Amino acid sequence: MSAGSRAARESRWLPWHAIAVFAFLYLPIVTLIVYSFNGQGVGGFPPRNLTLDWYRMLFADDAIWASVLNSLLVALVAVAIALVFGIPAALALDRANFPGKAAFRRLVLLPLILPGIITGLSLLMLFRQTDVKLSLVTIVLGHGTALISVATTEVFAGLQKLDRAQEEASLDLGANYWQTFWRVTIPNLRLSIIGAALLIFTLSMDEIAVSFFLIGRDNTLPLEIWGRLRRGITPEINAISSIIFVFSLVAIVTWYRLRVGAEGQPEIAAELLET
Amino acid sequence: MATSTESAITNAARPGAEPLLTIRNIAKSFGRNAVLRDISLQVAEGEFLTILGESGSGKTTLLRIIAGFENADSGEIWMGGERLDPLPPYRRRVNTVFQHYALFPHLTVEDNVGYGLRVAKRPKQEIASRVEQALAMVKMTDYARSKPAKISGGQQQRIALARALVNRPRLLLLDEPLSALDANLRRQMQVELKSLQREVGISFVFVTHDQEEAMVMSDRIALLRMGELEQVASPREIYSRPATAYTAQFIGHTNLLHAEVKDGIARCHSLSWRTGFRDGPALFSLRPENIRLAGATAAHDVIRFRAKVRHQAFHGATELLQIECADGLLLSIRTASRENRQGDLDLEFSASDAVPVRESPERN
Repeated sequence: MSAGSRAARESRWLPWHAIAVFAFLYLPIVTLIVYSFNGQGVGGFPPRNLTLDWYRMLFADDAIWASVLNSLLVALVAVAIALVFGIPAALALDRANFPGKAAFRRLVLLPLILPGIITGLSLLMLFRQTDVKLSLVTIVLGHGTALISVATTEVFAGLQKLDRAQEEASLDLGANYWQTFWRVTIPNLRLSIIGAALLIFTLSMDEIAVSFFLIGRDNTLPLEIWGRLRRGITPEINAISSIIFVFSLVAIVTWYRLRVGAEGQPEIAAELLET
Repeated sequence: MATSTESAITNAARPGAEPLLTIRNIAKSFGRNAVLRDISLQVAEGEFLTILGESGSGKTTLLRIIAGFENADSGEIWMGGERLDPLPPYRRRVNTVFQHYALFPHLTVEDNVGYGLRVAKRPKQEIASRVEQALAMVKMTDYARSKPAKISGGQQQRIALARALVNRPRLLLLDEPLSALDANLRRQMQVELKSLQREVGISFVFVTHDQEEAMVMSDRIALLRMGELEQVASPREIYSRPATAYTAQFIGHTNLLHAEVKDGIARCHSLSWRTGFRDGPALFSLRPENIRLAGATAAHDVIRFRAKVRHQAFHGATELLQIECADGLLLSIRTASRENRQGDLDLEFSASDAVPVRESPERN
């Protein structure tokens, strides 16, 4: 068989191969969304009696909305914590030289690869030992600290691209170090910080493992859904999932637009992991 | 190598002019690598001084020490009666034009220019009018609202200049600001920069590796070699009276003649000329353009000789000829261009054009 015809044969299968992979990835999501409008509940094919009833039921469901509010609250505070600690860590890794820097870098990044079960379990044991009552506060602490590594990676990547001469120019023009940080360094890191915030927000919103160990009386959305699933699937779950999906999509597209608009194609913030 | 008394004299600012900046015995090492050794230099009020040197000569480090981005290991810097070197960069009345301009990408052109004034908390109206003036000075008024990424390299250069000058510094530092521009724009900017400097009357310290650029713009050139000042002089003087072999070779072309002096006569191969130099081995620099085609009558103290043309390099108005004397001595000469030079030429030079130079010592 000649090389040419072999290539042709491969290219004939390639699209089918691709379609199969994408179908496996996306068909469940499509099904989920379609069945959120299905009058017959989650069973039955094809979907019949399209309706908005499940959404109506969802909007009347106080327990779900309470958990959504909890999740939003947790995610926002986690973003704040991760950024407040992650940005200085990235600055230290980029500019300072101190003994134990390599160890510090690995320690900061460790939560990124640590399984949630380990983080959750160890935090649970800590809180038990210190008699801290489990609540949303403990979940916030868990998410916030575990996600510092995400903030650090993103911001470090941004710092690596920042031209240091710009900061020197600012000092040269009479701005002190503090003014330079706020007027030049932070604006240049804007996209990295927004990117980190969106990523942390999303990760916190759908986090289950750590939350599972640290939950008090108030549920977060993923745990609320998970709890209900044990009592059987209702299309209400499909409805809330569809809404989350749309929100995530909007967030991702917004972030991508921002980055492409400002600096061309986005790069994966992998510089720190590679070093 | 210049002794310290010698360098204190030659590096002093123009006689009669008040020194604005005084650099005293500055030394700087990075690890074991000595980048600057015992630099002393003065810059006069309103002077255009160029620090010229190859890459690695320490010229950018010296500039960064004046600006405050690096600390010297020893030595002092004074500006107008105030000690400068302990101050952080933002307390020095010195502004810098950076090599790649370092404009703030997130600010518009006018906000870039107004940055220093805003940080200094000047009144809004004053900022607006001074920014406008500065933009007019560099002919960039039309681009006030553009972002730096949207304007060309030459335009960015002008903005960087306006951003520095709007603060009315006493001294402007320029770190190879023209090196990123193409040759034509560069020549144009050299002229503009020089006339701008005369207009504002501020002292400029300009760093470059381009000797032509240094010659065109400077009042004085400080030639730096491996962390030490080789010579500080006006462009004309440094060209016609180079102090060392390195200076003679770095600035323009030259022929270095290894001669033996005895009783006021220097001999190099078959050439000999009168000199005031002491007896013993000596090194002379003879510029290619100072060797001429011999005229009909020989003037006093003119040395005549015959040589064969080995190579001819056309440079437009002039050409550089590689010639060989009967005894094998190779020389370069520069003459007006003419087609096909071949065979033997009758040549001459004046004894006074053979300038004695010091051997440049090895450093590492």
